[in-house]
Amino acid sequence: MAETTSTTPSARSSGATGATIELENLTKRYHGNPQPAVDNVTMEIAAGETVVFVGPSGCGKSTTLKMINRLIEPTSGRIRIGGEDVTDIDPVGLRRKVGYAIQSSGLFPHMTVAQNIGIVPKMTGWPKSRIRARVEEMLDLVGLDPGEFHGRYPRQLSGGQQQRVGVARALAADPPVLLMDEPFGAVDPITRDHLQDELIRLQRELHKTIVFVTHDFDEAIKLGDRIAVLREQSHIAQFDTPEAILTNPADDFVSGFVGAGAALKRLNLTRVGDVEITDYPTATVDDPLQDIFQRLRAGGTNEILLLDKRGRPYKWLRRGDLMRAKGSLARAGTLVHDTVTRDATLRDALEAVLTDNAGRVAVTGRRGAYEGVVDMETLINSVHEMLEADRLDALEHQHDLEESRAGQTRPGQGGGGSGERGAPA
Amino acid sequence: MNFWEYLGSRHQQLLADAYQHASAVFQCMVVATVLGVLIGVAAYRSEWAGNLATTATSTVLTVPALAMIGLLVPVVGLGVAPTVTALTLYGLLPVVRNAIVGLRGVDPALVDAARGIGMSGPARLLRVELPLAWPPILTGVRVATQMLMGIAAIAAYASGPGLGNEIFRGIASLGSKNALNQVLAGTLGIIVLALLFDAVYVLIGRLTIPRGIRG
Repeated sequence: MAETTSTTPSARSSGATGATIELENLTKRYHGNPQPAVDNVTMEIAAGETVVFVGPSGCGKSTTLKMINRLIEPTSGRIRIGGEDVTDIDPVGLRRKVGYAIQSSGLFPHMTVAQNIGIVPKMTGWPKSRIRARVEEMLDLVGLDPGEFHGRYPRQLSGGQQQRVGVARALAADPPVLLMDEPFGAVDPITRDHLQDELIRLQRELHKTIVFVTHDFDEAIKLGDRIAVLREQSHIAQFDTPEAILTNPADDFVSGFVGAGAALKRLNLTRVGDVEITDYPTATVDDPLQDIFQRLRAGGTNEILLLDKRGRPYKWLRRGDLMRAKGSLARAGTLVHDTVTRDATLRDALEAVLTDNAGRVAVTGRRGAYEGVVDMETLINSVHEMLEADRLDALEHQHDLEESRAGQTRPGQGGGGSGERGAPA
Repeated sequence: MNFWEYLGSRHQQLLADAYQHASAVFQCMVVATVLGVLIGVAAYRSEWAGNLATTATSTVLTVPALAMIGLLVPVVGLGVAPTVTALTLYGLLPVVRNAIVGLRGVDPALVDAARGIGMSGPARLLRVELPLAWPPILTGVRVATQMLMGIAAIAAYASGPGLGNEIFRGIASLGSKNALNQVLAGTLGIIVLALLFDAVYVLIGRLTIPRGIRG
């Protein structure tokens, strides 16, 4: 998810099992309150896309989400899912086609894990054998052993496991759309991190259309293909890719929400595999000492990476090291204690580079085999390039937007386009 | 004739009375439970309806049992009818109150989740709310049963069935040889019945409360 840095959402949707969601002038007014809780939200979400609503508490993000499956009935406006207008259809039928996962899992404590997961298929009238098979499949999918967890009750599970079962239940009837209302809000940070990774993996397999609500901007960056930053009354301050929001926040509200360290956060969005990995002179422990001496002398650097028998990074060897250790390979050099994979984020790589006393880290591939090296200079250069490219993209995008808006507002005053009224004019 | 000899000579009569006593309480409790839960379900969502139901049923409870039966006799006649009516009315209060408290105590997040995954109103009630409210409802039924055991004794006053007849006969013939034995046999019989019923409720709780929410 995070590695699809520059692809547009619509380009990814091919072969997706998700459905599009269109919200049109969605408004919610509560009785006796002149201010609408949600004011005129217009938004299009592509099939198979993950969109995160993020904003301060009380901004109406949760209300907006709950209007999609009509847990809260909109006062006015239309909702279309997969092109079908669902604003006036039977809400019970609608909700069975839209997965729903909430904070603190919402599992029914008097039912077993299997009963909880099977409840929507059971209501839709699946035969028993199919439900049983589906429950096993879903438990497998969310990484819980079916044999072990099948008959347990929710109170016998940890918070993280409950949340997994909650997601399994939401997905059990294979809905094209999944709504998640701060689902990881109540678990500890380490478990939350795991669950987020798991969701990314799931989404890579399933390609559902996911709408995710959170107040945690870092979570939004990690999970979202696009992020909608919402201010009070659910006004959209900015609706764009994480990269664009980080490098080019639309206004002070958004930049305040992004918080300090946007460039650092940007590092989370790029993988080591996306930057240039440099080759480094290497030798293996089986090479004769003479060869290693030769290579040290010949190489441009005064250092060489020693690999073990299986080609994994083992030691950094400097020119003087062998002399000092009196020619014993076993005692010479410093052990490699940190490596990164191609899938690691640049932030992980930076962390490794910073803790390494010589400012570089070895990149490993399958089974930990050596692939190359990333150093400080490469990181700095790629971050600069990245930020520059983001800025250009954002400028171009903004330009397009302004043009289309200028064309829109002239004929019909106060017509469409109000969905992005928070963006700079 | 001491108490044991009395029991030996009258055991058939006593067993018949005990059976009728238990049967009256049991049947009235079934009716009270069904009615009480229905009233609870109808009233728990609205503040004033819930209050009305609990106030109405508590008011019934403040009427002394003897007066209640006395008042019912002109309306429904003597015998079984006033007994059943009075017992059912008294049995309602704990059930209604606990049903309302139990249904209101269901975590709103769970009700929200049930709605969110596409459960219709009746399905939500039958498969989520009532099962979760069942432990307090069962407690209400248990308390009501204990109470009815005692109140049923008074039914004998209106020629109703049960162990109350022993007690009233004893009181009526105070000073006679068997007066004390009669009162004692009636009272102890009611206590034994109450304990037996309570044991049955423990068993019912074991069987009907899902393991996931058993305390």
